[in-house]
Amino acid sequence: MNTLSQSLSTTWRRPWFWAYVASTAAFAATLLLTEGRGGGELLSAAFTFAAFSAIVGIGQMFIITLGPGNVDLSIPATMTLAGTLSLKFMGGDASLILPGLAVALGVGFGAGVFNYLLIRLLRIPPIIATLSASFIYQSIAIWSNRGLRIKPPQALSDFATGATLGVPNVALVGIAIAIVAWFILERSLYGRWISAIGQNMRAARLSGIPVQLMFASTFIGAAVLAGLTGYLLASFSGGAALNMGAEYLLISIAVVVIGGSSIAGGNSNVPGIWGGALLMFLIVSMLNSYGLGAGVRLIMTGVIIITIVAAAAGKEGSR
Amino acid sequence: MKPDSPSGSPAPAPLVSLSDVRMQFGAVRALDGVSLTISPGECVGLIGHNGAGKSTAVNVINGGLTPTGGTVGYRLADGSSASGAGGARAAGIRSVFQELSLCPNLTVAENLRIPQHDLKGWGWRRRAARRIAQALDQIFPGHRIEPGMVVGDLTLAERQMVEIATGFAEASAPAKLVILDEPTSSLDASIARQLLDHVRGFCARGGAVIFISHMLGEVFEVATRIDVMKDGRIIDSRRTSGFTQQSLIDAMGHVASQEAVTAVRENADERIGEQVLSTPEGLSARQGEIVGLAGLAGHGQAEALSRFFMSRSGTMRQASKPEVVFVAGDRGRDGVMPLWSILKNLTLTHLPALSRKSLVDSVMEKTLGADWKARIGIRTDDMNNPILSLSGGNQQKVLFARALASTAPIVVMDDPMRGVDVGTKREAYEIIRREAASGRTFLWYSTETEEVCQCDRVFVYRNGEISAELTGDQINEENILAASFEMQEHAA
Amino acid sequence: MNGKFRILLPVISLGVLLAAVFYLQPRAMSYFGLNLLFNLAVPIALATIAQMMIIMVNDIDLSVGTFVSFVACVTATFLNDSPLIGVLILGASILAYAGLGALIHLRQLPAIVVTLGMSFVWGGLAVLILPSPGGAAPGWIRTLMTVKPPLVPMAIVASVLIAALTHLLIMRSATGTLLRGVGGNTKAVARSGWEIAKLKAGAYGLAGFFGVLSGVCLVGLTTSADANIALRYTLLSIAGVILGGGEFTGGRVSPVGAVLGALTLALAGSFLSFMRLSPDWQIGAQGAILILVLAVRLIFSRKTSGQGGAA
Repeated sequence: MNTLSQSLSTTWRRPWFWAYVASTAAFAATLLLTEGRGGGELLSAAFTFAAFSAIVGIGQMFIITLGPGNVDLSIPATMTLAGTLSLKFMGGDASLILPGLAVALGVGFGAGVFNYLLIRLLRIPPIIATLSASFIYQSIAIWSNRGLRIKPPQALSDFATGATLGVPNVALVGIAIAIVAWFILERSLYGRWISAIGQNMRAARLSGIPVQLMFASTFIGAAVLAGLTGYLLASFSGGAALNMGAEYLLISIAVVVIGGSSIAGGNSNVPGIWGGALLMFLIVSMLNSYGLGAGVRLIMTGVIIITIVAAAAGKEGSR
Repeated sequence: MKPDSPSGSPAPAPLVSLSDVRMQFGAVRALDGVSLTISPGECVGLIGHNGAGKSTAVNVINGGLTPTGGTVGYRLADGSSASGAGGARAAGIRSVFQELSLCPNLTVAENLRIPQHDLKGWGWRRRAARRIAQALDQIFPGHRIEPGMVVGDLTLAERQMVEIATGFAEASAPAKLVILDEPTSSLDASIARQLLDHVRGFCARGGAVIFISHMLGEVFEVATRIDVMKDGRIIDSRRTSGFTQQSLIDAMGHVASQEAVTAVRENADERIGEQVLSTPEGLSARQGEIVGLAGLAGHGQAEALSRFFMSRSGTMRQASKPEVVFVAGDRGRDGVMPLWSILKNLTLTHLPALSRKSLVDSVMEKTLGADWKARIGIRTDDMNNPILSLSGGNQQKVLFARALASTAPIVVMDDPMRGVDVGTKREAYEIIRREAASGRTFLWYSTETEEVCQCDRVFVYRNGEISAELTGDQINEENILAASFEMQEHAA
Repeated sequence: MNGKFRILLPVISLGVLLAAVFYLQPRAMSYFGLNLLFNLAVPIALATIAQMMIIMVNDIDLSVGTFVSFVACVTATFLNDSPLIGVLILGASILAYAGLGALIHLRQLPAIVVTLGMSFVWGGLAVLILPSPGGAAPGWIRTLMTVKPPLVPMAIVASVLIAALTHLLIMRSATGTLLRGVGGNTKAVARSGWEIAKLKAGAYGLAGFFGVLSGVCLVGLTTSADANIALRYTLLSIAGVILGGGEFTGGRVSPVGAVLGALTLALAGSFLSFMRLSPDWQIGAQGAILILVLAVRLIFSRKTSGQGGAA
């Protein structure tokens, strides 16, 4: 067992540490302007919006762990499709809330299976496979939507926009998922195995790891998480808009990078996903408060991502 | 050793001279004082077993490696001297290696653009096509390779022909010395013959060639002089007429200590049981047996092991209850997880057994780690240190432990002792013997004859196939060498 | 053999689509009709060529869409009002692209993440220049894009020109061959004494150049610009390169194929509205075409190589 001081001294060396430091700094800088007012609301908003990014980010993280070239570009489309189909299925009926959730998760499962089959059977690189699949999912979503804006059941909508003991419900869901994901990544057999695959796929295979099974379960898992996020986001926003997933493509990858996970695979962490998600939101609000528009915000996000990757590459040396 | 000088006319000035060259890679001494010269008209056959230093020597000659000791000098066409990679190129030194340096997405002619920097500007394609076509026609008359064919569509033999032709092709600096490393390995007999005829003609016209091959018949056909390498040195160098195929093999061998060999193969009869594996290509093993795969490196041994392993692993059930485990020799490529600790690396294969309901039991893991640290002697103060903090030999021990810690009855080893220190090797041999005694079967590919001689049965590989199966007293260096090299009948 | 067949696929898919369109809407088989069908294909084709330059050296560019949008915004503002500054900005962006290529190689950075970050940067710059849609196309560009050559519509002429010129540049010239070699066997090229960083910078610089052309042409067609005008170009350009017979790694690309791929994808959109099928399936069709082509290619390669590959 580490002593407290040992734990503290290793904390600042964790890869996710700086994401939280930067988030705190952004939070403080924003409050500086408002002279400390509105901190509670800001925190609440941050955790709410970061939750969506974090959940898909966790799915993306597991895929990126598998090694270079593994990325899921179909997450936004899966979100949209799951949100659209589940809301349509529920039709505003509160008794169908849980079945609606099942529909959303099922959509995610189906998307994950389709993605994996494209990669495995058609030997298509994951980037292209998920890219082309995303076109198809998006189309299905558009077709089933028919321009009608179906509202989520009131109870579900209340849940998604509400809070328990001051903490936004979606954030609670996101944190719960993060805790489970942490256990899976750090403590489970599966977590060890995908980390091995990401470091050295050939050596992993030669150590007896069932590599293809790991790929399948990871792609399916990430898509299921995307489905869940679509369900929650649509319920939160009062309906499934057809572009609801658009910004999550880049965000899902960005939070993984900012959180300190290695883009080359084999070295991921869950706390960093939340750190990255919070940072992405707080930077936006900070810049907004300072009157700096969307343009500066976007540029800063890009510079942060590139700097982190360049710094990480320097540390890892050549891998 | 000084080469005999040819009788009669004085020898022409050498194209390249190596003087007491040493090459050190960390703790490994690849070249230990090599001196040689190559002059126009000479075709030097470079012969040696695994690890003799042939590739290193050749890379020093073509300027790809800078020696850690000694000097390398080239003589240019105008008589001046040069050094370094640029000097080698200017002196007309070309290399044709086994690992392909062709771009599969480009055509045959386009590939010439890469090594020949002067091919640019208007009409470069025509010039490139002409140069490569000329070389191909000259060396391999009757070939069917068009300059416009995409390399990726060519067969392996055709690609090798293109590589060879590139080595001899006309360029801004004509080819003076061409290094050929196993050039006929993918060529059939008639095409190989064409190459040999060309090499003889090239040298007769004043060119020079370094010819590395395990096909002794070929070497005797083309070489004017044969240099024998062993342990980083040239131990013998004579005109070809001074050797016979047999005396050449004898020159490569050395007396292995008799006791070491017999001591190992003890209690074989008690130990060995029923057959546990048999592959379609002829590999077989019985329980408790230590089976060796021998022969020159790269002749299919690693592929055979890999094929066997892949066929018996990869499913979830086989992960929980492994039938075969693998010990890597190329640690970086096949074994080590570079970001992990020693402990995590060690427990990887056995992990399912250390897990309760899919969660890894860290107490059981730690115990296993401590157990094997003591058993196999891993020198570290903390098993949680990163794996890369260990020396190469200790890393290898971790990979051994990874395999042996599992319950798999068959252990496949891909030349695991390569580059490992003597002390670690002795310990590893001891462990292998103990494990075999308790019923484990070993498939052991090794590039060191001394190790292979410790096995109960040896399969010698040549050109991707088993050329000999040796048991008991048949297992000795002589037989292994004889089966590794292809002895051909040749006229005169 | 396999190489020659590769180009057939985009040709056939384009041919089949065209035939289907003409069958459903015979009036489209006219000068005006063709121009309408392929109008917006020109900037897409240019963006696809830009992506092809990056894929040629074994990388991928996730910032194509935002870069083209940025260029469009610069064109509709600076290039229109103060052309000199506009040209300077565009020139600087091409240099920035080249610099990125060198940086990615020298520091061994993952291109996918670096271009991801750059997409934010270009996007932010675009928003700074044009916070809301506006600007105006410079007169000369407008004229160029709406010129009406006899017999064949401008869009086709432009596409043929682009395909021909980039084919000469990439497939025939010594430099282009060298760049493709970098993608085919980087180690061999480095061993032959070439500086990979310079070559990659060249490839990326070319990508920047064609990205600039794409944005400029786009504004010529739409007459105004906004910061999000070309976001979908990222995914479309990747699809276009792959559709045209290109491969993700190995330096195997085809400029003619890429242009054909871009035309096919652009046509797929128009085709559906002619079919009176809802535009809902527009992007779905693009995805399905991509998957179909890749499946067919796999079947072809299995047949010619004989054995199936091992996992």
